[in-house]
Amino acid sequence: MSQTLPDQPRASVPPAPPARTVPKRPDPRPAAKPAQTVAPSLWSRIPGLTTAATFLTVLLLWEGAVRLFAIPSFLLPAPSAILGSFGAVGPARWATHVWATLRVAVMGFGLATCVAIPLAMVMMRSPFLSKTLYPLLVVVQSTPVVAIAPIIVVALGAGDLPRVVITTLITFFPLVVSTATGLAATPPELIELSRSLSAPARREMTQIRLPYAVPYIFSALRISITLAVIGAVVAEFVASDAGVGYFIQFSTSMFRMPQAWAGLVVLAAMSLILFQAVVLTQKWLFPWSLPKTTR
Amino acid sequence: MQQPPAIRFDAVDQVFQARSGPIHALQGVSFDVSHHEFLAVLGPSGCGKSTLLRMIAGLLQPTSGEVEVFGMPVTSPRDDIGIVFQKPTLLPWATVEDNVTFPVRHKTGHVSIRDRERAQELLAMVGLEGFGKRLPDELSGGMQQRVGIARALHLDPDILLMDEPFSALDALTREMMGFDLLRIFADKPKTVVFITHSVSEAALLADRVLVMSGRPGCVASQHVVPLTGPRGPDSMKDAGLLDLSADLRARLMTREAA
Repeated sequence: MSQTLPDQPRASVPPAPPARTVPKRPDPRPAAKPAQTVAPSLWSRIPGLTTAATFLTVLLLWEGAVRLFAIPSFLLPAPSAILGSFGAVGPARWATHVWATLRVAVMGFGLATCVAIPLAMVMMRSPFLSKTLYPLLVVVQSTPVVAIAPIIVVALGAGDLPRVVITTLITFFPLVVSTATGLAATPPELIELSRSLSAPARREMTQIRLPYAVPYIFSALRISITLAVIGAVVAEFVASDAGVGYFIQFSTSMFRMPQAWAGLVVLAAMSLILFQAVVLTQKWLFPWSLPKTTR
Repeated sequence: MQQPPAIRFDAVDQVFQARSGPIHALQGVSFDVSHHEFLAVLGPSGCGKSTLLRMIAGLLQPTSGEVEVFGMPVTSPRDDIGIVFQKPTLLPWATVEDNVTFPVRHKTGHVSIRDRERAQELLAMVGLEGFGKRLPDELSGGMQQRVGIARALHLDPDILLMDEPFSALDALTREMMGFDLLRIFADKPKTVVFITHSVSEAALLADRVLVMSGRPGCVASQHVVPLTGPRGPDSMKDAGLLDLSADLRARLMTREAA
């Protein structure tokens, strides 16, 4: 995961220590140390340099192999061909497709979050509801969403709604389970303290349990946001006339392989950016919920 | 009219229903704690010491017998009792000051300026002046436990229950915290029930020591600590205290062995 977060280790480094106040005396020893420390510092000084270099190497090898062995483009298009198809498609078409996928993924993710967290709270409060709802959730989760997708599309018709529902279905299970775990992971002492104060149950939830669940909720949100992109693409495969998933399917049916690969690159980038957005949101709103070294 | 004891246990039994069958946690426990007395409860692990505290706080009802606080049977949780836990269990997202005012915020949903001032006073009292805006994980374990004590005192309870509050601290910090605690209570007397594993801690801090034996937990013996006047590091050399410590240690040893 670290290659997707190139700037994190840098961000965690504390500010430089104050300059030494001891006056520097001329050092009689030969300066032998610096020569050893310069080499590694080149790689560690520029954030993400290692990652960039790795990617560049892979791309160069890829390009070279495709040219050297004359690999046909339906098997593996060269990076240069993929890059070329980016321009051929044009920014306006890209924008349409990216917006269609992004809209569904984010709406599905948002809906899942809005359903899952209150649901977990209700299940936490009521053992009866927990016992009745949990098996249902497991059944829904065990049914392959790809298989339900056509049924949902038929039931809910065209438009964003069926796609959002499919995305929600695929994203919300980890959210419910993780939130419920977090709500139950609160130190029992604090619950006793709450009870000894005869505080209303609502405040036990909002002032103790829910904040304690924040780290759990966010680790689930990170999983869910990448699942949301998958959900949106699955929905587009079933029925749609726009979206990056639709674009890939359309491109392959026309045998425009570099173009399909370009769509794949866009999807991967979208996933990464959305994932990063969730990470940054946690960092920004709930810095205390992160391990000290990654704040 | 004679004042009733602050806390009174009368033939208290506590049985928990576990999956493997009933567990007899306490049997026939009777003792009193008088007003502003510091009672240390000493005993092996699993002898129901924490159960005692939860019953005083009204979080647990006795299976039989009676628990009274200020002459009234305890039937529901009461907020005139402060609790300090073994672990500080502070809210990691709240500043030190917000942690201290947590009881009032949690109870009423509102923190007044007066509450904040009181939090500042308490922080100064436990030696954490100027730390109000820090987050708990910026503090050492001992400092966090001081915040826990300030939190327990914020509603100004008459009774303070302490469940092995210093057991997670290193020996030196532990000793210092003990004396700080005595200093705090000298200013503002409280009725204290202090649970501990440490014989020396019990003898040094308490007015009276209650020795419990395990499974089912019951009161094995009670000892008045033969110290008068203020206590300090020198009190540890007091002959009476040394005798008491040896006696307590011997009692605990034989029970552990048996």
